Amino acid sequence: MSDHDSEGYLGVARKSMEKAGVKVGDRVRIETSQSTFEGIIIPRAEIGSDDQHLVVKLDNGYNLGIRVSHIKRLERIAEGAPVKPELPTTSLKTKSGLPWVSILSTGGTIASRVDYHTGAVNPALSAKDLYTVVPELGDLVNIRAEVLFSLLSEDIQPSHWSELAKRVAKHLSESEGVVIAHGTDTLGYTSAALSFALQDLPRPVVLTGAQRSSDRPSSDAALNLTAAVTAASRGPFAEVVVAMHRTPDDTSIALHKGTKVRKCHTSRRDAFQTVNADLLGEVKNGQVHMLAEPSSYHSRDSKRELRLQPKFDPKVALLKSTPGIIGDLLDSLIDRSYHGIVIEGTGLGHAPQSLLPSVERAQEEDIPIVMTSQCIWGRVQMRVYRTGVELVQRGVIPAEDMLSETAFVKLMWVLGQTRNSDDIRSYMLKNIAGEITDSTRRSQFQEKVSE
Amino acid sequence: MTKIDYEKVGLLVGLEIHQQLDTKSKLFCNCPTLTREDDPHFVFLRQLRPTQSELGEIDPAALFEFQKGRVHIYETYDDTICLVEQDEEPPHPLDSEAVDIALELALLLGSQPVDEIQVMRKLVIDGSNTTGFQRTLVIAFGGTLEVEGKTIPIQTICLEEDAARKIGEENNQIRWRLDRLGIPLIEIATGPAMKNPEEVETVALRLGQILRVTGKVKRGLGTIRQDVNVSIRGGAIIEIKGVQKLNLISNVVEYEVQRQLTLLAIRDELRQRGIKTSKIKSKSHNVTALFKGCKSKVIKGALKRKEGIFALVLPGFANLVGRELQPGRRLGTEFADYARFWGDVKGLFHTDELPKYGITAEEVEKLRTRLKVSQEDAVILVAAKEEQAKEALKAVANRAKEALKGVPVETRGPLQDGTTKFARPRPGAARMYPETDVAPVTITEKRLKAIRKRLPELPEQKLQKFREVFGLSDELAHVMIRSLRIDLFEEIAIKHTEVAVTAAATLESTWRSLDRDGVEVEKIPEEQILRLFDRLAEGKFAKEAIPDIITWLARNSTKTIDDAIQALNLGGITREQLVEIVEKIVKENQGLITERRERALGPLMGLVMKQVRGRVDGKLVSELLNASIRRYITQDS
Repeated sequence: MSDHDSEGYLGVARKSMEKAGVKVGDRVRIETSQSTFEGIIIPRAEIGSDDQHLVVKLDNGYNLGIRVSHIKRLERIAEGAPVKPELPTTSLKTKSGLPWVSILSTGGTIASRVDYHTGAVNPALSAKDLYTVVPELGDLVNIRAEVLFSLLSEDIQPSHWSELAKRVAKHLSESEGVVIAHGTDTLGYTSAALSFALQDLPRPVVLTGAQRSSDRPSSDAALNLTAAVTAASRGPFAEVVVAMHRTPDDTSIALHKGTKVRKCHTSRRDAFQTVNADLLGEVKNGQVHMLAEPSSYHSRDSKRELRLQPKFDPKVALLKSTPGIIGDLLDSLIDRSYHGIVIEGTGLGHAPQSLLPSVERAQEEDIPIVMTSQCIWGRVQMRVYRTGVELVQRGVIPAEDMLSETAFVKLMWVLGQTRNSDDIRSYMLKNIAGEITDSTRRSQFQEKVSE
Repeated sequence: MTKIDYEKVGLLVGLEIHQQLDTKSKLFCNCPTLTREDDPHFVFLRQLRPTQSELGEIDPAALFEFQKGRVHIYETYDDTICLVEQDEEPPHPLDSEAVDIALELALLLGSQPVDEIQVMRKLVIDGSNTTGFQRTLVIAFGGTLEVEGKTIPIQTICLEEDAARKIGEENNQIRWRLDRLGIPLIEIATGPAMKNPEEVETVALRLGQILRVTGKVKRGLGTIRQDVNVSIRGGAIIEIKGVQKLNLISNVVEYEVQRQLTLLAIRDELRQRGIKTSKIKSKSHNVTALFKGCKSKVIKGALKRKEGIFALVLPGFANLVGRELQPGRRLGTEFADYARFWGDVKGLFHTDELPKYGITAEEVEKLRTRLKVSQEDAVILVAAKEEQAKEALKAVANRAKEALKGVPVETRGPLQDGTTKFARPRPGAARMYPETDVAPVTITEKRLKAIRKRLPELPEQKLQKFREVFGLSDELAHVMIRSLRIDLFEEIAIKHTEVAVTAAATLESTWRSLDRDGVEVEKIPEEQILRLFDRLAEGKFAKEAIPDIITWLARNSTKTIDDAIQALNLGGITREQLVEIVEKIVKENQGLITERRERALGPLMGLVMKQVRGRVDGKLVSELLNASIRRYITQDS
């Protein structure tokens, strides 16, 4: 029996199926010492299930786990036809007068659908399917769809950023804006990466995702996607932004600046917050409203020449300074010839004395170390306490009010352009894509974490 | 209507009982199972999108609601509701206390627990669940219930999360409160085995009793709800959802049978008249011009709002639209239900009821002439905006086509008197899919063994205890076992066995006669009833005072039993004081005693009771008085 026929079943359960010649999807009759059941064998979740039960979908819709040791008789009544729900295909007819938007799909919850047959949530929906599932998009724009990857966002790597940046650049030349459907876990990293890779943008690049999978009626996917498409086609800005729910309500979708956005909650719809900056804008009732100072973002200008710099050096590590941390951790990164290290320090940008010798070693070996703060909000200031001063003396680059994740991505990008120490330092300290601001404002903290 | 011969019409009824469990936590989070009446702390707003079913179909009713732009406002409390109810956090593992209670019930009913529980999502997108689905799981299959010598098969025992509470609805917004969402509900479904309305009520009562013997179910209105599936031969299986009052069930069944029989009769008549589905056109006609100057309030209002009057012709339907299906509900009422649901209009007129409501015979004639219809046809009128009116009339046409087939399959909801109205189309069967966020739970033999060990008494065992330990008569014991207040009774009887009989009589006959007299006995908190019997056992008042006390408590539901004793001046007669009163009365009525001897007890009893009624047990009065009279007679002779 192939793995496909026994989806998820292992050990005893799989053996009992093999013995009876039963595959996943078959209609079976199961006799136990107490009762008889009829239904369809459905796949077993692969993770976290035991090998002692067969799962049967009864005619009333309920699934039932039957212990293999209780089964007296297992027989196939009918061979299963693979139930592959075909989405009704929507014809992509061009509507004149509507702007064109490209939707690039990378995977994740927004692009996931439950396989009703197996119950699994598959990150495999094409952008075209999204359009089918959210038909009102058709009233807004003409869509150019492309499936780039089908990856959960935790599996997205720097090489994917490069590829994505190149595809976006291509689409930007023919569409009013580009929307990227992406898993939410590392959405902030990708938005930062694109912010650096796509310089002098002529039009908006809008990343969006979903905190509730799109197979459920309460999903935030459709609203986020519609807002992203609205922003990409009608937004007056030319920035890389993240479009996600602004509050728990289905009313307003926030537009966050790509280098200043962070996932700050594991599950809420409004998990994404702008950190150390003003919210760029929002989409409400189908309209884009800009909220940040006009000077803080680039305006849409289709004549502006895009500069594509898609190279990232993956040999960068992000290390969190913790109580009791010892030099070994840093040493091992140096030993493995990492090209750059971001330390997420405590407070204003500190790390314990125990790290100083290793920091010194890094300096000797020309490995740049960038300091951010695990406080998330606020600015790194390394002149206030002695530790900070000692770190700076050993070449550590303070990352100002940059998010750790953004600093990490930026260092990869900078190392992709140059390996010259002085250049690296000056690039890291210079604002390139809105990642560093001049002033930290009072309203940028409390207002953002509470509702 | 003549009495229905239920056997002849082939009545089959199945029941689904939903009972809230009194667990510490909700089914999928650690919030308390608490409903609240104070102001919610904050609200949020959501929309639910219909998703495609596993067959790639979108439920038309669901799509319709979404397209109408329906918005749901959810009210929540910061301290008793978490992100799970708000659909802002994945569910926590299945609550094991609820599973234990359900397993206990399964064992009591002889059902077979499943080996491994699989949690499912059932799509429900009316907004009552923030997720757009209800989590539900089968706990056990099969089992039986013995009711008056008949074996009723149990189909399944399930656990599910209760829905949010509907607080209100206006325009396109529905307000829900999240306190109830997630409270564990046990669902027991019987086979369609009941054959007359009384039997259905008896089975429902019996299931209610068995649920209560677990001691872990919530009490009070709204904590138990019945769905009733009714079918007759040639009719359809109609699900009537959410009957809250037990004594309404037999009415619901009777009225539903009556409705189906009449619908079948209407169908036959339509066929006899030669009406075919193809003759019914859903085209509506704008007849606004005919009603300028009409006296009808509804029409005048609509015209004032610049709306129109639209008509639909139903050929051959004359005198059938007005045919009564249930008391006060006609075929026309069913048309109106559809018009409201699909067209969001306020209501409709039909020619069977006209001229009336300010519409004149002349206007009806003009209407018939304008539409070129005869007296055999019926015309439906709707006053609304054009788009709504068209949708409404299209829905009416569809419902009229169904009338040619007989009974349309739909879900109905109960009204106050047991009649029912259209609730929604029957949802498709394929709306269940696995809840992948919750791991399956294996039910071990060890767990079942532990539950088996502490199974509560069944009603039969209780009956015996009521008779033998609490001293109830056979009749009273039987009454008590069926009582809704059985738990309360047991609590009192265990604490004060000496007043058990009084308690039983109070909670049943006194209760019912006061209820009949319009005393709102349900308003009295249980706590006060418990205290009442504490005080009775302490001798603070006599049992004769109970009806007065209960009446007082019902009128003063925030006050306590001690307030009642004081207000009714019941406290404070000692045995010595009573002896004094008795002696005084005997002395004052010596003539009567001399004349009537022992037979003087009756009249003298009345005189004493006049002074002490309710403050002391009549039995004691009679004892003391009798002794005193005898003493006097002996002295006298």
